Amino acid sequence: MSSSTALPRRHLLAAAFGGAFSGAATVSPAAQAAQAPLTVAAFPLVDVIAKDLLKGWQQRHPEVRAHVISRQYDDHHTAMTTALSTSGHLPDVIALETSYLGRFSLGTGLEDLSAPAFGAERFRGSFVPFAIDTARNRQGAIVALPSDIGPGSLFYRADLLGQAGLKEADLTRSWESYVEAGIQLKARTGAYLIGDVRLLKDIIVRGGTPAGEGQFFDNQQRPQITSPRFVRAFELAKKVRQLGLDARVEVWQNDWAEMLKRGRLATEMSGGWMAGQMANWVAPGTAGKWRVAQLPENTYCSYGGTYYAIPRRSAPERKQLAWQLIQELTLDRQRQLDAFRSQDAFPALLAAQEDVFFDQPVPFLGGQKARQLWRDAARRIPVVKMHKQHKFADEVINAELDNVLEYGKPIPQALQDAQALLVHRANR
Amino acid sequence: MNFRIPAAWAPYILVSPFLILFAVFGLFPLLFSLWLAFQSWEPTSGLDAMKFVGLDNFVFALTDGWFWKSLRNTLWLAVASGVPQHLVALPLAVFLHQGFGRWRGLFSGAYFLPYITSTVAIAMLFGSLFSTDYGLVNQALHAMFGTENINWMRSPEAIKPAVAIVVFWRYVGFNLVLYLAALQTIPRDLYQAATLDGAGPWQQFLRITLPGLKPMILFGVTLSVIGGLQLFEEPFILTNGKGGADQAAMTVGMYLYRLAFDFSDFGGASALAWIMFGVIAALTWLTNKAFADRRVQP
Repeated sequence: MSSSTALPRRHLLAAAFGGAFSGAATVSPAAQAAQAPLTVAAFPLVDVIAKDLLKGWQQRHPEVRAHVISRQYDDHHTAMTTALSTSGHLPDVIALETSYLGRFSLGTGLEDLSAPAFGAERFRGSFVPFAIDTARNRQGAIVALPSDIGPGSLFYRADLLGQAGLKEADLTRSWESYVEAGIQLKARTGAYLIGDVRLLKDIIVRGGTPAGEGQFFDNQQRPQITSPRFVRAFELAKKVRQLGLDARVEVWQNDWAEMLKRGRLATEMSGGWMAGQMANWVAPGTAGKWRVAQLPENTYCSYGGTYYAIPRRSAPERKQLAWQLIQELTLDRQRQLDAFRSQDAFPALLAAQEDVFFDQPVPFLGGQKARQLWRDAARRIPVVKMHKQHKFADEVINAELDNVLEYGKPIPQALQDAQALLVHRANR
Repeated sequence: MNFRIPAAWAPYILVSPFLILFAVFGLFPLLFSLWLAFQSWEPTSGLDAMKFVGLDNFVFALTDGWFWKSLRNTLWLAVASGVPQHLVALPLAVFLHQGFGRWRGLFSGAYFLPYITSTVAIAMLFGSLFSTDYGLVNQALHAMFGTENINWMRSPEAIKPAVAIVVFWRYVGFNLVLYLAALQTIPRDLYQAATLDGAGPWQQFLRITLPGLKPMILFGVTLSVIGGLQLFEEPFILTNGKGGADQAAMTVGMYLYRLAFDFSDFGGASALAWIMFGVIAALTWLTNKAFADRRVQP
């Protein structure tokens, strides 16, 4: 290579490096942060709601660029764990699903929104009580605002119930009567009572949790697996399996959807949003055949939900903008209603729950005014404290239930083994 | 200014892209994981939330019931999917080598196809095949043997064989290609000489083919040992990342991932990773010892 060709190349490289460095030198870090787009990290369906809001938001804030980064549900939460742990590539607003919020709020990675700079405490009365209390960290500070919740209810096939000569009250009077009704349903219609006994065990354990305590751990972080509510849940689950009343299919799997389509599952316990999922893609052909009721024994709980938080180490220059955006995502009555209509995102905002939309019949549920029922449930859901090992505990209990159901392990032994595993890990 | 790179620097500059990439993506994660193995860390609180805990994470990992359960699962799956891979691939390679002539490439390509197919697509396909009520596997078993439907994904006894079948199906073609390549290096003269001496096909297989393939068998078995102990993708996707009923298909690779990202215990997960490194190194060494040439040198 001749020097005549090498020199211009060197100059070109030098100019490029020089330009990059001089560019960086003339723009201050603060100005760079302000110029960077406001970023919202979200997962499917929540991302659609956030994108819809940003369309109007950018018209009111033309000086601010904003965008939504969307990832699949698990990938999103894994990415947020990584971003918070390294403080790198942090978004300005993070959408968190309820089960992850518990874990994230136990660390110090989320901004304290109760602090005077944000003043989230003034909105405490705007949301259903359990939703805002779930967003508190161990020090009692609010670290996220709730957007949508999933008031739990019992979905049941009214046609199958009629064929079996049963009434709604036969399903909801108590968990024992629910199982008895399942025996009649199976005998007279051939339909299974429930997809899997795990769902039944979960809800009985949750329903029996003392107010303010965790599902698996008490306030002193001690596992409570050998308590009577676990014994009852395991015994009922075992009975249901022995009677062949559960289809042994996992929610969202192909077999589960197929059974719903073919009317082989008579009931389903889930959040109110399940009506939309079934109507839109899981089992649209069953429209009009389903109804909802409160869960047996007046059990109230939430199946999922979405929160918005600000990472503690995100760009300080954009935190107030992020806070404004979160307020619009969670406190705007009309937007909450729009999201409920379009995405079945049941609003946590009390003002939105007073809209006439809640008094309208739901066609998929045979014209039942189900939103009133979900609203009633939402206001009665107790707060369940999250523990760092919540997810692990959930799986340990499921594994021991499998041992009871598959290998005939005695229930007291299974619960003691689960307790021992959780004691081993409770303080990690 | 005339900028010139001294000639002595040139080799270092030329290898620097590799060294830099290796340092960033290879060495740093290794050392960071070693560092993490001695720390207690709530990851969402940031890097400064780490606390040195000495050997606590190793003690925790070695006394954790789920580690031993996942190790037993891993060994079961490694044997149940690994051994048949070689028992099928080796004779199949000999058969293709001897009997298919120029069509050999086509058939070996067909067997190799699962290896280069997306794991997600494979898992989705097998998820449908293993469906309890609507899957082809149960339909076929019922038609042939009149068996009851098996709940492959929700029964602890059934899920392990289901995963092993997928792993076997996926990697048998890879081993087949290895053995086909090795077969082509065995001189034909040996077979001709053996034929002249009156050796039959079975004797030729035992006395010429198998010894000739020994280095490749060692290579293939070593890869299977390492791959089997690191098994992650197939059970992870088939069981939705949970490990199935009673975690019967949760391998150590899955457990250490879940320990970090599902249960927020990066310290414990890192300790587990280093323990597994020791286990894999020991088993690889044992494999090499098992295949060592035992003939005494004169």
